[in-house]
Amino acid sequence: MSWIHHEVFINTLYIISFSLMIYGLMKLTGPQTAVRGNWIAAIGMTLAFVATLLKDEMGENWLLIIAGLVVGAAVGVPAALKVKMTAMPQMVALFNGVGGGAVALIAWAEFRNTDGYAHEPKYMAIASLFAALVGSVSFWGSNVAFGKLQEILPGKPITLGKLQQPVNVLVLLGAVACGVAIAVGADSEWLMVGLLVLAALVGLFVVLPIGGADMPVVISMLNAATGLSAAAMGLALNNTALIVAGMLVGASGSILTNLMAKAMNRSIPAIVAGGFGGGGGSAGGAGGGETRPVQSTSAADAAIQMAYASNVVVVPGYGMAVAQAQHAVKEMAELLEAKGVQVSYAIHPVAGRMPGHMNVLLAEADVPYEQLKEMDEINSQFAQTDVSLVIGANDVTNPAAETNPNSPIYGMPVLKVNQSKSVIVLKRSMSSGFAGIDNELFYDSKTAMLFGDAKASVSEIVEELKQL
Amino acid sequence: MENLVLIQNLAIVVLAGFTGFLVISKVPNTLHTPLMSATNAIHGIVVLGAVLVLGMGVGDDVVSGIILFVAVVFGAINVVGGFVVTDRMLGMFKQKPGTSSKGKADK
Repeated sequence: MSWIHHEVFINTLYIISFSLMIYGLMKLTGPQTAVRGNWIAAIGMTLAFVATLLKDEMGENWLLIIAGLVVGAAVGVPAALKVKMTAMPQMVALFNGVGGGAVALIAWAEFRNTDGYAHEPKYMAIASLFAALVGSVSFWGSNVAFGKLQEILPGKPITLGKLQQPVNVLVLLGAVACGVAIAVGADSEWLMVGLLVLAALVGLFVVLPIGGADMPVVISMLNAATGLSAAAMGLALNNTALIVAGMLVGASGSILTNLMAKAMNRSIPAIVAGGFGGGGGSAGGAGGGETRPVQSTSAADAAIQMAYASNVVVVPGYGMAVAQAQHAVKEMAELLEAKGVQVSYAIHPVAGRMPGHMNVLLAEADVPYEQLKEMDEINSQFAQTDVSLVIGANDVTNPAAETNPNSPIYGMPVLKVNQSKSVIVLKRSMSSGFAGIDNELFYDSKTAMLFGDAKASVSEIVEELKQL
Repeated sequence: MENLVLIQNLAIVVLAGFTGFLVISKVPNTLHTPLMSATNAIHGIVVLGAVLVLGMGVGDDVVSGIILFVAVVFGAINVVGGFVVTDRMLGMFKQKPGTSSKGKADK
């Protein structure tokens, strides 16, 4: 049975396993096949794992390995089973972070085991050091993102002001310098620790100044970073499975990062350099809005208005996620449909805190797939819409993005809610959105505000609808 | 020989990158969260790296043992948790056609 430990056999298993992962990802293109796709990818992963265990070099620390796997599974599975759909962004951030952390730790151990890469080829040292740097950035960055989403840390940008960028660049250069020193032959472990710590600071400094609204971009970016660090680790360990899997994730993260940045009309460097903190923060402070009159409405009036409409477009935002209002929204939509009202949902790509966040929540509430409309599709329909119901969305509906060149979000594609015949906005208070910008929509004569917790407001509307 | 290995691996890097771009560009916006969480689980493959390095032995080096143990734990959380959470999420998308037709029947 010696062939079973042979490199050729093991690498064949690797090829099968990453083929399964790619095939699984291909199945993710449709909701019907996606569940199977996920499991196919998981089987690929299991196969790669088994292949690794068969490797000839494997022979020690079995107890430690098994204990580590058991502890990891014991933490990961219950967390994954229990997490609420509304908390999905922070869960993804956390899983992403531990992946990056694992990469950084492996690189550190590699450094120790090889006396500072003394006998390894240069490229292995470089790949391993790159993995250490990116992995550490990703770990700490993801943890900050988790903290912000979980509201352990304030969601508003935390910055060093003008010093932020020079400091970031200096710290990053410091980390790279440590890496270069090791690569050219220095073998002091302090250099490795220095690299990891400085990279950790880069992760903290880059994510702390980023505001909540930019989170979809940040999470995608960190996801890509962890993927790339895994691929680099694959190069360092000469492990095909790691290389392919890492690159797949790197590509997917990059695509999502681009899509998200485009949906906000912001360049990735601008987001990394700091959220709306600089100019936008002061613009949000402009008190002009507070004195401007808004029309408020009651749940009863809103219910009547929608019940007698022929079509209603629901525009969900982060506020719906925070209030966990998705089930109430679905109930309301069913009541409206029973009265012959056509209901659809307008989903902005960056609504919420991660790509596709709203879709997941509405899927949880069993909203039919066909009723979810993407921005390009629904924008042409707002002019024929009787009532737009905005639930906890703000910046993605702000007409200033199209009309006011001075607005910090000018140029960002938005949902053209203001074109509909009337608008009802559910909102907790008149405070501005995460971008800190006044929303013209709220002062429009067609707009009525229904203040209060989104879930409570929708539930009230549901009660009113039942009595109609 | 070492350089040959590097070049072969770099070819894999490039091809895998393009494959990823092609495959993932086709995923609709609706499924972006599950996509992200599935790819998240996939980079949990680093657990292999951790297991491999640990399995090759760290001698008497207790610190390396601890570092790698933590790496295995992290990697396992990543991969197992990632796949389970993705499955949960996708399960909600899948039920959709059934429930929507039931909804219509009620009307």
